[in-house]
Amino acid sequence: MSENLRRYRVSTRRSAELVLLIGAWLIGVFAWILVDGATGAGALAGWTTLVSSGLLLLFAHTVVRTQAPYADPILLPVAALLNMLGLAMIHRLDVAGEQRALANGSPKPTPDVYAQITWMALGLIFFMITLTIIRDHRRLQRRTFIFGAAGIVLLFLPIIPGLGSEVNGARLWIKIGTLTFQPGELAKIALTIFFAGYLVSRRHTLALIKNRVGGLQIPRAKDAGPLILIWILALLVLVGERDLGTSLLIFGLFIVLLYVATGRRAWVAIATGLLVVGGVLAYTAFGHVRVRFSVWLDPFEDASGRGYQIVQSLYGLANGGVFGTGWGLGYPQLVPFAKTDFITSALGEELGLTGLIAIFILYAIIVERGARSAVATRDPFGNLLAIGLSTVIGLQAFIVIGGVTRLIPLTGLTTPFLSYGGSSLISNYILIAILIRISNAARAPEIDEEQSVQK
Amino acid sequence: MIRQINRVTAVLILLVLALMVNISYLQFFNADTLRNQPGNQRVLLSEYSRQRGAILIGSEPIANSIQTDDELKYLREYSAGETYSAITGFYSLVYGATGIEHKENDILAGNDSRFFVDRMQQLLANRKPQGGAIRLTINPAAQKAAMEALNGRTGAVIAIEPSTGAILAIASSPTFDPNLLSSHDSAAIQTEYEKLLADPNQPLLNRPLAMTLPPGSVFKLVTAAAALESGNYTAETLIPGPAEIVLPLTDVTLGNWNGEACGKKDETTLANALAISCNTAFANLGMQLGADAIYEQAKKFGFESSFDVPMTSATSHFPVNPDQPQTAMSAIGQFDVRATALQMAMVVAAIANDGVVMAPYLVSQVLGPDLSVLENASPKAISRAMKPENAKILRDMMVGVVETGTGSNAKIPGISVGGKTGTAENTPGASAHAWFVSLAPAESAQVAVAVVLQNGGGATEVSGNALAAPIAQRVMRAVLSR
Repeated sequence: MSENLRRYRVSTRRSAELVLLIGAWLIGVFAWILVDGATGAGALAGWTTLVSSGLLLLFAHTVVRTQAPYADPILLPVAALLNMLGLAMIHRLDVAGEQRALANGSPKPTPDVYAQITWMALGLIFFMITLTIIRDHRRLQRRTFIFGAAGIVLLFLPIIPGLGSEVNGARLWIKIGTLTFQPGELAKIALTIFFAGYLVSRRHTLALIKNRVGGLQIPRAKDAGPLILIWILALLVLVGERDLGTSLLIFGLFIVLLYVATGRRAWVAIATGLLVVGGVLAYTAFGHVRVRFSVWLDPFEDASGRGYQIVQSLYGLANGGVFGTGWGLGYPQLVPFAKTDFITSALGEELGLTGLIAIFILYAIIVERGARSAVATRDPFGNLLAIGLSTVIGLQAFIVIGGVTRLIPLTGLTTPFLSYGGSSLISNYILIAILIRISNAARAPEIDEEQSVQK
Repeated sequence: MIRQINRVTAVLILLVLALMVNISYLQFFNADTLRNQPGNQRVLLSEYSRQRGAILIGSEPIANSIQTDDELKYLREYSAGETYSAITGFYSLVYGATGIEHKENDILAGNDSRFFVDRMQQLLANRKPQGGAIRLTINPAAQKAAMEALNGRTGAVIAIEPSTGAILAIASSPTFDPNLLSSHDSAAIQTEYEKLLADPNQPLLNRPLAMTLPPGSVFKLVTAAAALESGNYTAETLIPGPAEIVLPLTDVTLGNWNGEACGKKDETTLANALAISCNTAFANLGMQLGADAIYEQAKKFGFESSFDVPMTSATSHFPVNPDQPQTAMSAIGQFDVRATALQMAMVVAAIANDGVVMAPYLVSQVLGPDLSVLENASPKAISRAMKPENAKILRDMMVGVVETGTGSNAKIPGISVGGKTGTAENTPGASAHAWFVSLAPAESAQVAVAVVLQNGGGATEVSGNALAAPIAQRVMRAVLSR
């Protein structure tokens, strides 16, 4: 071992990651204690859940330490913190459900938090597997089209009769026996890899300029093919699965990667045009899109009917105010789907404006750390993949949180790391694993090059 | 590519900023509007989930929150529900709150800004805030006496301490049981409320404060006060008081209730006219004084204003610009004169208090959750309605009403009681409202009472004395412990 190497070992910042992870875990534990204290639920009856979550995170950390020692030390703790907050809120809503059942004399419902901790375990196991198997993210590039095919298959699995199942009007789920899965969550990763790999090889062609209109450099019309295809794909998702959120996410992701790969703002302009056309088409063709839109404009018009969800969400947020009611002291259970799509309003009610701003900052941190790895990576595929994955997290958080807070029309997507649900948690942990892998490549010293060692 | 990545990052961060701006708007600037949206059950639920402060008389709670096992953690309990319902009001999951429960909600629910420090402590300790308590001026003996004396008959009783304006009793009958409207069973609440609404006797109406009726002869006190204040009349001034008079400009005759002249030579003194409730004398007096003088006198007593006791009372009125016959009728409390029982009690209280009208109030103390005193009520004078010497004259005239006149049933042995009977005709065919107002002891009154029995009795002046005076007497005795 050379002395230089030992110097690098110091700068891996794995200890910082460990400290942050412990901090994230402790915040989750405190939240849990506050919930139990405020609701009068059995004091720390869920200690097994808390201990196992701590052990799982510790284990994940050891794997990062050995498999990706130079990885970004912030990403995993931030994801873990969101995960722990979500876990505490799901526990809190379980308690509310139990109390309601007790009051109504109905049988006690099964707590969802045990399922969620199982999903967290699976998510972290997939995180570790991903990190261990994918030694170098560039290997993903070689399977660009396999990922592309996989992504599209996953995306459209729910349409297959007998396999897909409809929940709350959207056909996003597949059902095998008693297991349900939301393949769209995995599809977004596969498609990011596909888009990145494809655009890396085609970016020079796509960047070719036909002519200029004003300051805008117009690309060749025949290169618009891929964009049109993805646009159609997104529309198909909208039509076939009634899934506005995923449709928007995929198209937005493609626009971002097309722009980053080619550097042509004209593509963004064209794509935005297509987005508007798609939006208008969807609005005129589909009643459910029109309903979503009118509810967005005035949810109070039909506050007890179509506007019920969003109105309850707004009431919850208003009840929270600046500082929130405190863990266990609000009424997040009054908002439908409080554990999944509307977990933001549940957290907003009990943690207040201050709590939500902190959570938004956590998402901004993931985006920023991902983007930093994207910039620092030495290969163009890594650049694209890292910014693509960061975009997926950022955009998905924006679409769903913006929806439940009535910034934009409501669409069904899970809130990354917070929402209840296995597909979402597993996929997002895989996503973080890939980002960590890229960040490791970005920060790792190139040992065989003497120069970089002395840098 | 690096430049593009930075731009994309900037856009994504901008999106997060947009979320932050939007959520700040929702949770800070727009939060109150959202909280007050009709149909937002959270505000009510969160109120129910904390210990609401008690409404106290002395140290006895008449409204109290007790812990339950159900989803709404506290249940409001009224220990003597019907007795105090006109004061406490109800605290309903479905229909909101009324009475003190409504008016003092910020204190009882713990939302008042004075609890800010407590709330910050509770927030840090992750505990629900607790409400403060309200202590009332009510005299429980007087309140019980009033409710028992009304005994289910349709009517109102209010008693005031003349020197301060503190309300000693507010009774409305028939009434409701606030416990039934404040339960946790919304279906049962609705059934009960619909039943109360459909009842023709209007049990939800707060009669002493919210109901205005023609005051009839008790209004003669205001006319007499106007006469004394004009400086042209004394208790002994003679006024024409024949058995009946024909009102000018009309062929309407106005007669006395007993069909007799009020004195020799169809003349009577002012004192005697009040004592025997002489209609013709007061009609003549009213015409001599003019409507403006009576209007101004009524206004000084509190007519044309409403009072927040803290429940807001209805406004009592004297007609504007009546002609001669209308003035004559108004002077005896008929035509378009309308008064609440509260207003008539205030008139009597002012006469008892040397002419000074005190603002009526029901809350003596605002207490913190630990029952520490946050605020003491301070009695406030609203206006001077009469000179002290005129007030004294009128008091003596009122004693005459009880001693020798129409108000004999208000007598209390050993105490000089002043009073005035009233029988107010209203819709033709319906029986008249029986009124009685009184003060005791006349030398330094501790209590002023107004009683009205709606459509209570016959058309004669007797009913005020026969029906209403005994109720006033019981209430006065309760206050004076006699």
